[in-house]
Amino acid sequence: MYKLITAEEAAAMIRPHSRVAIGGFLAVGAPETIIDAIVACGTKDLHIIVIASDWEKRGIGKLVVNHQVKSAQVSHMGTNKEIQAQMNSGEMAIEIVPQGTLMERVRAFGAGLGGVLTPTGLGTVVADGKQLINVDGKDYILETAIPSDFAIIRAWKADKAGNLIYRKTARNSNPIMAMAGKTTIVEVDEIVEIGELDPEQIVTPGVFVNYILLSKEA
Amino acid sequence: MAMDKRAQIGARIAQELKDGDYVNLGIGLPTEAANHIPEGVHVIFQSENGMMGVGPSPEPGTEDKDMINAGGGFITALQGASFFDSATSFAIIRGGHLDVTVLGALQVDQEGNLANWMIPGKLIPGMGGAMDLVTGAKKVIVAMEHCDKNGNPKILKKCTLPLTAKGRVSLIITDMAVLELTPQGLVLQEVSEGYTVEDVIKATEAELIIPSHLR
Repeated sequence: MYKLITAEEAAAMIRPHSRVAIGGFLAVGAPETIIDAIVACGTKDLHIIVIASDWEKRGIGKLVVNHQVKSAQVSHMGTNKEIQAQMNSGEMAIEIVPQGTLMERVRAFGAGLGGVLTPTGLGTVVADGKQLINVDGKDYILETAIPSDFAIIRAWKADKAGNLIYRKTARNSNPIMAMAGKTTIVEVDEIVEIGELDPEQIVTPGVFVNYILLSKEA
Repeated sequence: MAMDKRAQIGARIAQELKDGDYVNLGIGLPTEAANHIPEGVHVIFQSENGMMGVGPSPEPGTEDKDMINAGGGFITALQGASFFDSATSFAIIRGGHLDVTVLGALQVDQEGNLANWMIPGKLIPGMGGAMDLVTGAKKVIVAMEHCDKNGNPKILKKCTLPLTAKGRVSLIITDMAVLELTPQGLVLQEVSEGYTVEDVIKATEAELIIPSHLR
């Protein structure tokens, strides 16, 4: 069962060298309140797992600009010059992962799988150094699960059982990241009574949720 | 690129889209196709951040902060739209459930190889969803200007930049021409108004097969 906490308490759990999977796509559906608290804490040497590097002033871009990120697994950095600069200078180590592969590797960890087999990246640098496995005459790349210590995500509403629903395209990577955190912390707009969310419409069951806090954007 | 060129390429892409197709349009030039879908043709657009049934841009002042496309632009939802998580979105893409994807290119070659995600030492934005799209969609269309900013060919014998996917491109639509990848090689299918077959050959490094209807 989840526990209600503050953003400051959430940020304090995350330590130097923590591996943190963060929800959002170009900062839409990003847990901005938690990110702001981590920025205020100043915790350094983080490893982050994100779809995109967002913008300098929105989403995980704020952590990069504040030099708190040591390494990242990410699929797209085109909107954030700072992350590219830190990669080029050697300050940040970056593994660029195709977006669909990134999601499956994160999901695999949450689902107790060692990895997945995907055709994406065959014949490209993405396949370099990786094991190819042939299934029924087709080659696939073995892509291993991406572990994370924490998932910090954004949902629209939680009920008091921790069940989550999302809003429109702010859903994106959040339900996947939610499964993958050894500890999952959720920022929500609203917490409603049990029974107010239809069980048929729950996207993330509360079993994946450890902590909830209210968004300052709500 | 001049607006009339963009519109011309967009209109030509739109001709490739059939009623009932599920389609993903890449950021930039490919999105122009959405403005040229013929009347009576119903195409369902996906956005890889987690939506099927993308509608036009919202009227100014009615934007919803939680409604963006994969390029970060505000969008609307048509009736029948659905939202889903990123893993489901890429199951659609990688699993062969998309009829068509249209992407831009830095380079494309006569073997159907595509390079569009990095220039070593210069630009490394990352591939985002492009590798999955090119690997999984039933039909991959490249839409781009025929030559780069300096007038150099982008349609090559062999790509020199890191590949996005190998041998997956089936059609190339540019301001000058339409070219089709076939088992025999790269076939020049159409030449745009204002250009000759010779113009296209000069602007293309790849070996072209010129069919009898253009000779």
